[in-house]
Amino acid sequence: MTLNSLELAAFALLGAAVLIALLRLVLGPKAPDRVVASDTLSVITTIGIAGLALVLGNPLYLDVALVFGVLAFVAVVAIARAIEGNRAQGGRQ
Amino acid sequence: MRLAGDILLLIGAGFAFLGALGILRMPDVYNRIQAGTKAVTLGALAFLVGIGLLEPGWWAKLVCIGGFVLFTSPVSSSAIARALYISGVRPWRAPAAAGESGG
Repeated sequence: MTLNSLELAAFALLGAAVLIALLRLVLGPKAPDRVVASDTLSVITTIGIAGLALVLGNPLYLDVALVFGVLAFVAVVAIARAIEGNRAQGGRQ
Repeated sequence: MRLAGDILLLIGAGFAFLGALGILRMPDVYNRIQAGTKAVTLGALAFLVGIGLLEPGWWAKLVCIGGFVLFTSPVSSSAIARALYISGVRPWRAPAAAGESGG
């Protein structure tokens, strides 16, 4: 579909959101900041892929978005468990 | 119908942008978790409803994605916050005086 100005503004805002979350992912002082930024980035990327389905007019990308969301959720929970187990046994702070 | 879908798309992208801005601006990890989770979840739901208004044949998959985001976003943020609290990260306090300082 051809995009009008409102949709272009919406996708520009999504791109700016991805850039800002990436900035926090790069700048983050410690590992937890990077994990939080990556969690937010995964949700933004999921709806970005859904928007890609809208732009390309192909509903197959919605399945891609769903699988991406599942994998990102599993990754975030696994990293959270790793932080918790590592620090709880007297690891380095 | 297209105007309503476009406005919902714009609202969703705006809330995602504000959530990312909160990720960048908030002072510590717990504030970043709550800014990123709540604002971005609302933005994602509004964006998906906007796509559903623009393409009415896609409601089933969009409801799947929206329900999944609504289910996993609090779970993952809660897991991160619990891991941080167990591992000994203390919440941030305002440096100068007591009381809430905007932030």
